[in-house]
Amino acid sequence: MNYWPLLGVAVVVAGFALRLNPALVVVAAGIVSGILSGMSMPDLLALLGHSFLSNRMLMLFILTLPAIGLLERAGLRERAHAFIAGMRRLTFARLLIAYLATRQLLSMLGLNTVAGHPQTVRPLLAPMAEAAAEKIDPTLDEQAHENIRAMAAATDNIGLFFGEDVFIALGAVLLIQAFFAQNGIDLSPASIAVWAVPTAIAAFVIHSIRIVLFQRRIAARKSNALQRQANASH
Amino acid sequence: MLRIEYAYWFCGILLAICALLELRSRRFPQAAFWGILAICFLGGDVIESAFSAGNKIPSQFVGAGVVVLALLAGSGNLKRKSEFDDTNASRIASATRLGNRLFVPALLIPAVTLVLALTQPWLHVGDVKLFDTRQSTLTALAVACVVALFAAMWLTRARPAAAGVETARLLDALSWAAVLPMLLATLGGVFTATGVGDAIGHLSAAAIPVDSRAACVLAYALGMVAFTVIMGNAFAAFPVMTAGIGLPLLVVNHHANPAALGALGMLSGYCGTLLTPMAANFNIVPVALLELRDPNGVIKAQWQTAACLFVANLILMYFLAFL
Repeated sequence: MNYWPLLGVAVVVAGFALRLNPALVVVAAGIVSGILSGMSMPDLLALLGHSFLSNRMLMLFILTLPAIGLLERAGLRERAHAFIAGMRRLTFARLLIAYLATRQLLSMLGLNTVAGHPQTVRPLLAPMAEAAAEKIDPTLDEQAHENIRAMAAATDNIGLFFGEDVFIALGAVLLIQAFFAQNGIDLSPASIAVWAVPTAIAAFVIHSIRIVLFQRRIAARKSNALQRQANASH
Repeated sequence: MLRIEYAYWFCGILLAICALLELRSRRFPQAAFWGILAICFLGGDVIESAFSAGNKIPSQFVGAGVVVLALLAGSGNLKRKSEFDDTNASRIASATRLGNRLFVPALLIPAVTLVLALTQPWLHVGDVKLFDTRQSTLTALAVACVVALFAAMWLTRARPAAAGVETARLLDALSWAAVLPMLLATLGGVFTATGVGDAIGHLSAAAIPVDSRAACVLAYALGMVAFTVIMGNAFAAFPVMTAGIGLPLLVVNHHANPAALGALGMLSGYCGTLLTPMAANFNIVPVALLELRDPNGVIKAQWQTAACLFVANLILMYFLAFL
């Protein structure tokens, strides 16, 4: 066993630790690991090129940009903001928990690409979450706004990951099935997917609790600020 | 009939437009960056079929192009245009004028994807299917994006050129983060081909007390998290960790149920995906899209969920895999 290619992993860790440009770090790591495995430079370049092209689907999210860009110029994010601000009963927590549930159910049906950071989080969910939080405290600072947008992105990720594994005809379940089949253990996709259900429920409960706590912190900060103001005026 | 390659070509056209616009404003590093990507997407098909036919020279050029992309990103020359916000008032005016109609094209993206994905089995003329079976939901997404683009142009009375300018603006804001998911997946491919995965599997299997069921469960789940954090992808970690620990130690020695072990092992890996900047499309691209100053902002928002969920998943694995 040749352990030298592991230095590629060390390059990744060191590069991220030194805060070098991630794109540069990643390609350098591939080259280091390739050279140390004894690959020739032409073979390594061909491997890089082929591997890069076979992952083109990861760039398809840019197809959403023309439509989203035009709509943003016409005020989509401002409208999303105003829409939520006008709905009294829709709180921050209800908005994000409803999104989480929808995202989990959609990805359980294999509909992963229906939502996502470019198509739904940036134009809709993030401004809506900010508007909902402003209903609690209109004086949120820039850092608080960033935390809210990050929470919206996190909610999208968690909904996607912990719904996807329950879907039987794609991705994770088929990979698990194929792995065990190669090793002489035959499993049906449904028999694998069923074991992902408890974790899917746990993910929903845990993240929903965190969303509610996040909302309470916004409210608590607001009442602390009011307290301080009241004390100062005495 | 509709193949995923058409979507790649559409991507290539958008990237080429972006490259030309950058060229026109004399921002040469950016023009080169998007230009190389445009060539990869417009010519990707031809290059890949040459590769399968045994001609590796075009792929080597792409490999060299990947190195150039990394150098351009690392050189710090891909500076973003300063986004001046003088159009803020006109955006608010337009938002008030168009009202909730603005949501229609945006919601068409998920809605059309959903409808096409669900009705696919019936969309055919004789034996000719409307959607090729490979990557059919992604092809549906591409169609939905085109539909939404036309709807947005109709609603905002914008000309196609404006769509090009907006796309270039958003791509410019994403900068190298747009291509990082592809580069990371490429690294995954290189790590597999160079035996990094096997080496890690060997090392971790040598380090655990094999007689204790609890120790093996912990090592498998933690190994899935750690290797996913390194690779940025639970799919890359799963075969390595399951071949190294899951199958020989847990399934064979301790008689774990492979279906439950596999499902819960993969989900442990997903907890790792929430923690790593290597999972760029989930944790780094949104940082750029949402204009967060902290590059780890999304990870910081989700690590607590990931940690609690990992503990829950570990307990589930310990009990459910040995029912």
